[in-house]
Amino acid sequence: MGRYVIRRLLQAIPVLVGTTFLLFATVYALPGDPIAALGGDRRLDPQLVSRMREQFHLNDPLLVQYWYYIRDILSGDFGTTFRGVPVSSLFEGKFQVTFQLAITALVFEAIIGVGLGLWAALRRGRWQDQAVLAVTLLLVSIPTLVSGFVLQLVLGVKLKQNTGVDFFPVAGIQDGMRSYIVPGLVLAGLSIAYLTRLTRTSLMETLRADYIRTAVAKGMSRRRVLGRHALRNSLIPLITYLGADLGTLMGGAIITETIFNLPGIGQQLFQSVYLRENAVVVGIVTVLVLVYVLANLIVDLLYAVLDPRIRYE
Amino acid sequence: MSNATVAESAKDKDARPEKARRPASLWSDAWHDLRRNKVFILGSILVLILLLMAAFPSLFSSVNAYDPSTCDLSNAREGITSKHWFGTDNLGCDTYSRVIYGARVSVIVGIATSLISAVVGGGLGLLAGYYSRWVDVLLSRLAEIFFAIPSVLGALLFLSAIGRENAGAFTVVLSLAVLAWPLILRIMRAAVISAKNQDYVTAARALGAGPGRIMLRHIMPNAIAPVIVTATLNLGVFIAAEAGLSFLGVGVQPPTISWGLMIGDARRRFLEAPEPLIFPAIFLSITVLAFVMLGDAVRDALDPKLR
Repeated sequence: MGRYVIRRLLQAIPVLVGTTFLLFATVYALPGDPIAALGGDRRLDPQLVSRMREQFHLNDPLLVQYWYYIRDILSGDFGTTFRGVPVSSLFEGKFQVTFQLAITALVFEAIIGVGLGLWAALRRGRWQDQAVLAVTLLLVSIPTLVSGFVLQLVLGVKLKQNTGVDFFPVAGIQDGMRSYIVPGLVLAGLSIAYLTRLTRTSLMETLRADYIRTAVAKGMSRRRVLGRHALRNSLIPLITYLGADLGTLMGGAIITETIFNLPGIGQQLFQSVYLRENAVVVGIVTVLVLVYVLANLIVDLLYAVLDPRIRYE
Repeated sequence: MSNATVAESAKDKDARPEKARRPASLWSDAWHDLRRNKVFILGSILVLILLLMAAFPSLFSSVNAYDPSTCDLSNAREGITSKHWFGTDNLGCDTYSRVIYGARVSVIVGIATSLISAVVGGGLGLLAGYYSRWVDVLLSRLAEIFFAIPSVLGALLFLSAIGRENAGAFTVVLSLAVLAWPLILRIMRAAVISAKNQDYVTAARALGAGPGRIMLRHIMPNAIAPVIVTATLNLGVFIAAEAGLSFLGVGVQPPTISWGLMIGDARRRFLEAPEPLIFPAIFLSITVLAFVMLGDAVRDALDPKLR
């Protein structure tokens, strides 16, 4: 186990260095002079320009700039925007919103996805199974962009107009936990479909295993075979999938947050892209990629704990 | 059963042994399965209509959506009428014709991205799997780095770095393909590794075939099935991603017509005039559905184990 953990941690280092460098180099390579752009149509004072270039290390080669960047990130400093606002102050409170949204989506995903998947696997080949597969096909095909606006219209506006039910807030976060229900469902859509399919195949595969046949043959009740032998073993890949998906959901919340006007990190990213604040964009993307890579790392380690076959490979 | 059909099937039986003697390859088996798969047939019909729509939009709409003189600002957000089947947008342009003309960008981005990532990832995967050692280590590590970046985030960063004035269908394709090839590389590499130790590869080598010939003529045909499956399934993913990026303002730029852009434009007046948003959204979903159906059917046919 110890050796596996060390090997996995060492493997993560080149990936972290590589991805951060890649993200940094993308923005570095962009055409145009960011300092000159600050002045708009007016020419800036050359002295000011050279001082700012010095301050932001813009005269140094790419690798040196990257080194400053990594050093600052490691000390919790994500730099300042060209307008002088520290990037980290833009994160305040926003991570919480995005995290809460991702967790809500994850709960929906776990309940609906695993439930539907198990139900379909136990009725393999029958109409219930076919129906679940058809539903996942539809869920995969509806982009967040579409489901977000449609649910906003149907649950937030039409339902209220026609029946007076005002239970689903569809904009902002002033309603506390309830504000996250519809956005969470929208964000979870695609993942629900994948998790349903994964659960279905996972349980179906487990049910074909020899130890299940043995358990049935020795006269164990169906409930016990399913609960003690089948479910436990087929849940392992699902737990790891859910863990890794937290990173994906946090990174994928941009469109959902924009539609539902949630003041999260995704919405900040959207605004920064719009305002061309590249320092903020690269800062947020770096943080989200780090979250994603770390989530995957933790899940890999968790997988080794849950499934001994992995750590003895 | 009538006599005619009995005669028909008898004729079939006579004709069949001739065909059956040829060993059924993976491809002929797959084609046999696909022709009988309802999901595949429905998906292909939808895709064919979309391709036609992308190539010749004027077949479906008498109004040229790229001609600004067809818009009438006094008819903005008009709702569904006999003249404007899908209503009009904020600028009084006909939503129906815009939806039809918007198919082109989606289809081009989906197919081009999928093709490029499959060719690059497949080619590199072939090399990584065949040569192992340092080629494999180098390519796999490189792929790992790209693989760790979620594609929407990476594409967003790339496109915002390029700047809106340089953005277009081509940059969207590039930004999505840059992040999509590592998955294909992994799949191809695994398939090549399992294929390269087969007897027929040893036989080819014993007969004096060089590495190029072995890779292209012997290994690739036997390892490419999972790549085709993933590339087909990816088509829908890329189309949805293009719409998302265009919606966020970093993808395709106006005056090009794209469903994502239309949704973004209609967004602010969405609650009073839902038509200009709902119709491109429906077309987007149907398009993604068509490609996902195609991908699902291809996967079932080429990889019976997954069923």
